[in-house]
Amino acid sequence: MVPLSWYVALSAMMFVTGLVGVLIRRNIVVVLLCIEIMLNAVNINFVAFSDYLHLIDGQIFVFFVITVAAAEVAIGLGIIISLFRLRESVNMDDYNLLKL
Amino acid sequence: MNFSPVNIMGTMPEIYLTVLGCLLFLMEPFVPAKKRSLLGVFAIFSLVFAMIATFGLNGKGLPLYQGLYIVDPFSNFFKTVIYLGTIITILFSLPYLEKEEIHLGEYYGFLLFAAVGMMIMVSAGDLITLFLGIELMSLCLYVLVGLKRNSNRSVEASFKYFLLGAFAAAIFLYGISLLYGASGTETLSGLAQFVANPGALRPMVLAGMILTMVGFAFKVSAAPFHMWTPDVYEGAPTVVTGFMASVGKVAAFGVFLRVFWVAFSANRDHWSLLIITAAILSMIVGNIVALVQTNIKRMLAYSSIGHAGYAVIALLNPSRDSLFALMFYMFAYLFMTLGAFGIILILRRKGIEAEEISDFVGLNKKNPMAAFLMLIFMFSLAGIPPFGGFLAKFYVFMAAVHAGYTWLAVVGVLLSAVGAYYYIRVVMAMYMKDPVEPVEFMPNRMEGMALFVTAGMTVLLGVFPLPFVHYIETSLAILVP
Repeated sequence: MVPLSWYVALSAMMFVTGLVGVLIRRNIVVVLLCIEIMLNAVNINFVAFSDYLHLIDGQIFVFFVITVAAAEVAIGLGIIISLFRLRESVNMDDYNLLKL
Repeated sequence: MNFSPVNIMGTMPEIYLTVLGCLLFLMEPFVPAKKRSLLGVFAIFSLVFAMIATFGLNGKGLPLYQGLYIVDPFSNFFKTVIYLGTIITILFSLPYLEKEEIHLGEYYGFLLFAAVGMMIMVSAGDLITLFLGIELMSLCLYVLVGLKRNSNRSVEASFKYFLLGAFAAAIFLYGISLLYGASGTETLSGLAQFVANPGALRPMVLAGMILTMVGFAFKVSAAPFHMWTPDVYEGAPTVVTGFMASVGKVAAFGVFLRVFWVAFSANRDHWSLLIITAAILSMIVGNIVALVQTNIKRMLAYSSIGHAGYAVIALLNPSRDSLFALMFYMFAYLFMTLGAFGIILILRRKGIEAEEISDFVGLNKKNPMAAFLMLIFMFSLAGIPPFGGFLAKFYVFMAAVHAGYTWLAVVGVLLSAVGAYYYIRVVMAMYMKDPVEPVEFMPNRMEGMALFVTAGMTVLLGVFPLPFVHYIETSLAILVP
């Protein structure tokens, strides 16, 4: 059997990959994908813990996370499309009307 | 799993609002474009209806659905504040959306769903419920911020909010997954028992706690997670900014308080340091960066970061004093923020919203009424005595002193003195200078009513706070099942 620590390590690696991706990538679609990677890292964690602890609620949480992630992507892509129509660019650095 | 009727009865306000919100979406195509304001009136009645249902639950403490959902005086107070804030927002938005030509029926539906999300947040007894509430609110707000589809700034604000919001949600969820892995439970009371004796898993609990705190700090826009606030507040349609800044923040503070006081109270030594850091950083960023802003929406965004800093001070010590202070602060903050944004959205220069501080120059000569109302809100936000904002700050700093954080209260007072400068700068521009360009201030009946309520409450909370103090004192119970 694969020990729990492997799953947790995989999840942590995925989470960090997503986190770094959000911070350094400039393409907005790639950034959206990186956020999805972070959410899936969370899902792996929940499933692994749920299996290890013999408790079902972790897996229920995963369903909710998947559903919310789907809703989030739907809204995110909608926003990205309307932004692309106005700017004709998917590069984050072009969105600088509001000074940060 | 038993579904006793009390579960349904206890969640009746949320069920009403969800059903009526869905109805609103269905009705939208059948309502002619000129009669869209009827949908707004419908939304107001739905909220009043839900408010009556919540009053029916007053004074009860019910753990519903096996503790997943908690109805207690604390959550009922926050729900009442959410209803009031949403109703005032709708009153402001009816004429505003017409003028901006973004009068879509869906707007009211999203507003109602965002309100439901906030209600779920403040009643959550479990991290799953809490996560769903936060996401329901956030998803609606992302859409509302981007409501002006043809405006570059609005859509850009919406995108920035979405990206950072989803990022913060992912970090928050990772924290929850660590907490679940350590304790094997997701209910707040179960977590509380585990956190008291985590044994060898203490580092995991601490990591989870810090990551969840990042999520909350983002939602209440406390530094160092405040980066999105000025951009989003500036770009969003002003009614939506007012809604997010007031009601959204109140709900986020409600859930922040419940999670940290119920689930993590045993770990207070660890998180109090983080809260103090966030409080000081927010007060510094909020009050100092606001000094150089020229756009008034951006200035109020920094002011709201500063206010988040004062309010988190009340989270430091789980006591009756602090709970009262936070609730009073939220109550006063709601009215003064909504009112200030209300003035901004009514004030127009050549048909365009007057967003710059320079638009307020000499306002007293042209519109003494507008100038006077803005003076009330600015003085109250600055914490100058006869208004609600002063008492709110006073209670928070008193609670800090009682908890033994006198030095923090002193820092807070000093920084709010710095902050008073930029509020007074607006007042000076209105009263001591001559007008350069004419601005129009023509509130219609709805906006007038909303301004009357917000200004009236801001003054009443300062000069005659007793009835409200009594009301809040009856709501000081947090139920831990």
